[in-house]
Amino acid sequence: MRELTFAEAINEAIREEMERDPSVFVQGEDVGRYGGGYYPALRGLYDQFGSERVRDFPISETAIVGTALGAAITGLRPVVDLMFADFAFVCFDQIVNQISKIRYMSGGLAAAPLVLRGVMGAYSHLAAQHSNSIEALFCQFPGLVVTIPSDCRSAKGLLKSAIRSNDPVIFLEHKMLYLTSGDVPSDREFLLPLGRSNIAREGRDVTLVAHGYMTQLALRAAEQLQANNISAEVVDLWTLAPLDKRTILDSVRKTGRLVAVQESSVLCGIAGEIVATVCESGVALKSAPRRVTGKSAPIPFSPPLEDHVLPHPEDIIQAARTVMQ
Amino acid sequence: MSRPLITENQVREALARGETAIHVQGDPIITPLAATALTDNGIYIVKTGDHGGFAGASEGRGELSPVSVKGYDTKFLLELYATMQRIRGFETAVGLLFKQQRIIGFAHLSIGQEAVPTGVCAALGPEDYLTLTHRGHGQMVARGARLDQMMAELYGKVTGNCKGKGGSVHLHDFQLGILGANGIIGANLVITSGAAMSAKMRGTKQVAVAFFGDGVVNQGAFHEALNIASVMKLPILFVCENNQYAVSMSERDATAAESIAARGRAYLMPGVTVDGQNALAVYETTKTAVERARRGEGPFLIECMTYRSRGHWEGETTELRPESERKQWQERDPIQRLARALIAANPATEDQLRRISDSVRDEVVEAVRFAEESAYPPLAEALRDVWSGEIAITQ
Repeated sequence: MRELTFAEAINEAIREEMERDPSVFVQGEDVGRYGGGYYPALRGLYDQFGSERVRDFPISETAIVGTALGAAITGLRPVVDLMFADFAFVCFDQIVNQISKIRYMSGGLAAAPLVLRGVMGAYSHLAAQHSNSIEALFCQFPGLVVTIPSDCRSAKGLLKSAIRSNDPVIFLEHKMLYLTSGDVPSDREFLLPLGRSNIAREGRDVTLVAHGYMTQLALRAAEQLQANNISAEVVDLWTLAPLDKRTILDSVRKTGRLVAVQESSVLCGIAGEIVATVCESGVALKSAPRRVTGKSAPIPFSPPLEDHVLPHPEDIIQAARTVMQ
Repeated sequence: MSRPLITENQVREALARGETAIHVQGDPIITPLAATALTDNGIYIVKTGDHGGFAGASEGRGELSPVSVKGYDTKFLLELYATMQRIRGFETAVGLLFKQQRIIGFAHLSIGQEAVPTGVCAALGPEDYLTLTHRGHGQMVARGARLDQMMAELYGKVTGNCKGKGGSVHLHDFQLGILGANGIIGANLVITSGAAMSAKMRGTKQVAVAFFGDGVVNQGAFHEALNIASVMKLPILFVCENNQYAVSMSERDATAAESIAARGRAYLMPGVTVDGQNALAVYETTKTAVERARRGEGPFLIECMTYRSRGHWEGETTELRPESERKQWQERDPIQRLARALIAANPATEDQLRRISDSVRDEVVEAVRFAEESAYPPLAEALRDVWSGEIAITQ
């Protein structure tokens, strides 16, 4: 296997799918002639596929996403680069009130096979309006598939599946993962399933449920817990909606203890959903479950403040120790 | 002309008479105490000078054009007539059924606006795309949608276009290229630009039409759609059914532009205003725009001047509008205008036109019967068509 950077993994997924299927194309701000994406995942695609299939748009999110929908319902497969996922707010109507519902409102006659990629999350000193973790919002709109890779390998495998999917897929890429590299299969048919969670690390004593970059933090925490003879299992939620509950429940049934992790603030988040799912299921728990989340404030710019409001491996370790007592 | 003065006393008097509006000619001067009284009591000022039909709406807009049937195939003319009658018949029935609470939810009617979709759709080819407004029954019918399916959808029945899951504001017919009506003002314009972009990318000669109302033009989506269509030279027609009211607000009070057509010209596309009560005028303009788009010369904006005879939705009053204005527009009824021209120039007799109305009435009656007798969707339908079904959902 070869090692690729996160951007290269994304790039390879899109390139392979564009080579495989002429109906796949890319559009967004600064994606083509102007640089291959602000996060350089699209580098070289413009040279290979030209301006018709790597379409530069002005800063006009409603047009970017709305035209993608129009193209998707008329036979094409757009892969939209939102740049920062935060810009989804500017075109939220198109995403949550149009794209998510077109199949349903048409009685199943229309499909919107498109992917909306956006760079999400904090830890990068980009302050309040470019650091949001907005995945939970999209989960409130049935019809959307919400997918979040946690490393280079899942980035390629999930994105390829997202592009081939006949559902609209929100694909969120954490900024911190852009600083990573890892093993990525070169197989052009390397596909990871949508709608599934992944056991990122096996363990016996406690289940840590996380997604995206939080999975990396959970894995670091699990490593340190191991040194203290606590065996943590890490469930990585590759897809948040629709949610694969079975993998979570199977893990908690085994360990009897749960820590759910999310980057965003606590109220109405994914971690709360996981805790509720486990509690409702009747799986016997040996201790009360815990959530590790961001604090309830916009993401501050000042590095010590940003650090203060965000979750860290130490917080996960602390929570795991609490549920072990 | 001196500006009228509105005092607190006048407001009190209007209030005592139980009125909800004060009608004035021209731009009034409102005393501060009167302004407070107006706000406190929810009383509107209606500027009749502003609302007096075409002349007040905008300089140069709204000239009535002659309905000249000369040179057209009789069959074509009778089809236009029949289409307008089908729209009128369908919507009149919907209005009545709404009053009887046989139809519930939203019913936005376009009675009096029939010439616009009729003229536009007559100029389109079978492969072309359309998106519709929330007031889209007429646009559906003009494109050839079945009345019985539409009526069933309005009843929420399983035999409707959306299996009962869409309702009036989400009507569509993908087989006819109708990519959907929309409940969100302006949202369909960017989607239609996408369909036009897709047609261009796939190398077809398809043209896309986005219907919209005058209330759309102050939405961001309108500007984003026009800009991108122009930048990319997309084969798209932006067709405004300017019925002069958006919910309750007059276009004059809402839009800072000499006309909506001018907004098109601002984005470097042709923008023309046509008599929207004349199906043939709409048809001719659309034909020109479609040919231009098929030649790859880019987008076109057509502003069709028409008038909403009903409230924003059924059950809502139109009483804030001056009676003279409503009367004036009744006289401009597009069906009557075409009928008069057909009879005067003699390609059709009154008898022929009556036979058309009779057959439309039968079709509407049949559509209502179909809707009444159709079943509601089974409850399992509520959770179908959410996702594609490719993802096995593990609960």
